[in-house]
Amino acid sequence: MSILVNKNTRVVVQGITGKEGSFHATQCKAYGTKVVAGVTPGKAGQEVEGIPVFNTVADAVKKTECDTSLIFVPPPFCADAILEAADAGIKLVICITEGIPVNDMVKVKRALRGRDVRLIGPNCPGVITVDEAKIGIMPGFIHKKGVVGVVSRSGTLTYEAVHQLSTLGLGETTCVGIGGDPVNGTGFVDVLPLFEKDAETQAIVMIGEIGGDAEEKAAEFIKKNVKKPVISFIAGITAPPGRRMGHAGAIISGGKGTAAEKMKTLEAAGVKVVKNPAEIGAAVKKALGR
Amino acid sequence: MNVHEFQAKSLFAQFGVPVPRGKEITSPDAATAWANELNTPVFVVKAQIHAGGRGKAGGVKITKDKAAVAGLSKELIGKALVTHQTGPKGRQVNRLLMEEGANIAKELYLSILIDRDTGWPTFIASTEGGMEIEEVAAHTPEKIIKEAIDPAVGFQGHNGRNVAFALGLQSIEPAVMNPFVKLLENLYRLFMEKNAALVEINPLIITKEKTLVALDGKVSFDDNGLFKHEDVQQMRDLNEEEPLEIEATANNLNYVKLDGNIGCMVNGAGLAMATMDVIKLAGSEPANFLDVGGGATKETVAAGFRILLKDPNVKGIFINIFGGIVRCERIAHGVIEAAKEVKISVPLVVRLQGTNAEEGRKLLAESGLKLEVANDLWEAAQKIVKLTGKAA
Repeated sequence: MSILVNKNTRVVVQGITGKEGSFHATQCKAYGTKVVAGVTPGKAGQEVEGIPVFNTVADAVKKTECDTSLIFVPPPFCADAILEAADAGIKLVICITEGIPVNDMVKVKRALRGRDVRLIGPNCPGVITVDEAKIGIMPGFIHKKGVVGVVSRSGTLTYEAVHQLSTLGLGETTCVGIGGDPVNGTGFVDVLPLFEKDAETQAIVMIGEIGGDAEEKAAEFIKKNVKKPVISFIAGITAPPGRRMGHAGAIISGGKGTAAEKMKTLEAAGVKVVKNPAEIGAAVKKALGR
Repeated sequence: MNVHEFQAKSLFAQFGVPVPRGKEITSPDAATAWANELNTPVFVVKAQIHAGGRGKAGGVKITKDKAAVAGLSKELIGKALVTHQTGPKGRQVNRLLMEEGANIAKELYLSILIDRDTGWPTFIASTEGGMEIEEVAAHTPEKIIKEAIDPAVGFQGHNGRNVAFALGLQSIEPAVMNPFVKLLENLYRLFMEKNAALVEINPLIITKEKTLVALDGKVSFDDNGLFKHEDVQQMRDLNEEEPLEIEATANNLNYVKLDGNIGCMVNGAGLAMATMDVIKLAGSEPANFLDVGGGATKETVAAGFRILLKDPNVKGIFINIFGGIVRCERIAHGVIEAAKEVKISVPLVVRLQGTNAEEGRKLLAESGLKLEVANDLWEAAQKIVKLTGKAA
């Protein structure tokens, strides 16, 4: 078992003929992911590492029965790409692109409401179910099949946590990057129940950061609904207010969204909050009584 | 990106939001000339800097004497204005906004931003105009009115009426009911069309003449939306930005200057923040946030070194790279070549982890450069803190 993606997931890569798209499509395929199609308008008939390219997502769906999309389209065209995937009947859209205007995401999120499609990201590393499917830009080899579900707003910080989990022999089930933008498709509260229900996942690592109140909402959800141990790190305790720390969504505004406040709220909900990012793995090990 | 009040107000005017007659002024002579043209009983001279709290800091002058505006302008231009948002050094005033005064009957608060929770544009309004809205929210949350706008259909009349009635405008001044609804619609258009991140009017006043006027204005823009708006890009004022941050942006680096002693260079925003945090845990303070991006090539590392070393507070540098797709031995080569190119005069700790980390660390250790190599994050943080001494 796992969540969101597995060895049967059939992936179409939007923007596959671009530099990022072709590189990562190849990497995902090499990991064992079923990358069955690519889309770049006007380039139908071409191939990228043996992956057939189509003009539209609708064509790709018709010819290859792909059900999940991975997007590397540049920011100005990304809202369009996400909606094209949804209109073509794709059920899971994973958007890696960083730099999409917030207003575009506002409209996309509204348009997807109530429809049978899940958007992950944008501005995220993607999703990986260990040894089954890597649908994103994360380095596959640092992952080891195991028992920890990881959900995070960050990229490299997630790799750091995964590396610790793998080194300590705990391993991961699925790792989900929900992205660093202020308006995104999937939040902590959407992923947590999936991990709670997943039979293989024994503990959950949740990596948050300053800005917004996604962690506070997660705390409320965990308190009521999650029985599995949750271990959390929140980045940005040293971040000054009013400054954007790399991610568009990582900003303390009007005194709201501080790391200290998030840590306090999570602790009150029974979450084990780790102050030192080097100790995430050790804290999970302890929580699992290993 | 933030803009000045006079720029915010010019956008307001463009979108039909009423503002006082005013003009950007950069010299006492220009102040006199504009005062003659303005010909109003009360003149207001306002320092233009990207920080709040200007009024309390003496950055806003009011006079009835036309002859006095040149003197007031002279007093303000070139002055370092210290407000609660500028830090102790303050911010130099290079330009003023000079406008006509208004007869205030009532002050309101109005803003629009994206509610991150719902992902919908949301108006925030209050009868407590002129106050800091965070204070109002903290002490009298019942005085905060919120109205979310469905982005699928945009602003509707009832959105405006909901806010107007909740504010009690009908009893405060019924004559401004309809203009208020129109003003909200215009503000929504401005917010969406210009990819703003925040539009704030504090205070929005009802005048004794029963009209609405945006007496102050603040607009900030979504950096990711700037590519759509050349006119907005033109409003950028580099005087308001940290020089090192401007240089970083020019090199495609994400840099934020802080006050500590340990310069850090990291790949990825989340890990960069976590690195700052771990420096603090180890007993010191980070000098900056610096994300060199996923690539971390020789060029980006060299640019990072140059920026870090220009900050006189930096007493040591901590490079923390998690090699993913980019292999660590390539990053090690980048660090070695960059370090040779840019003379590093302070202690340097490099922590490499991830793909081919061991090979990378070996290259660094054998490079002949004066640096310490680490593989664990905590070990590396303690090393650099020890090498630079505790925070001052």
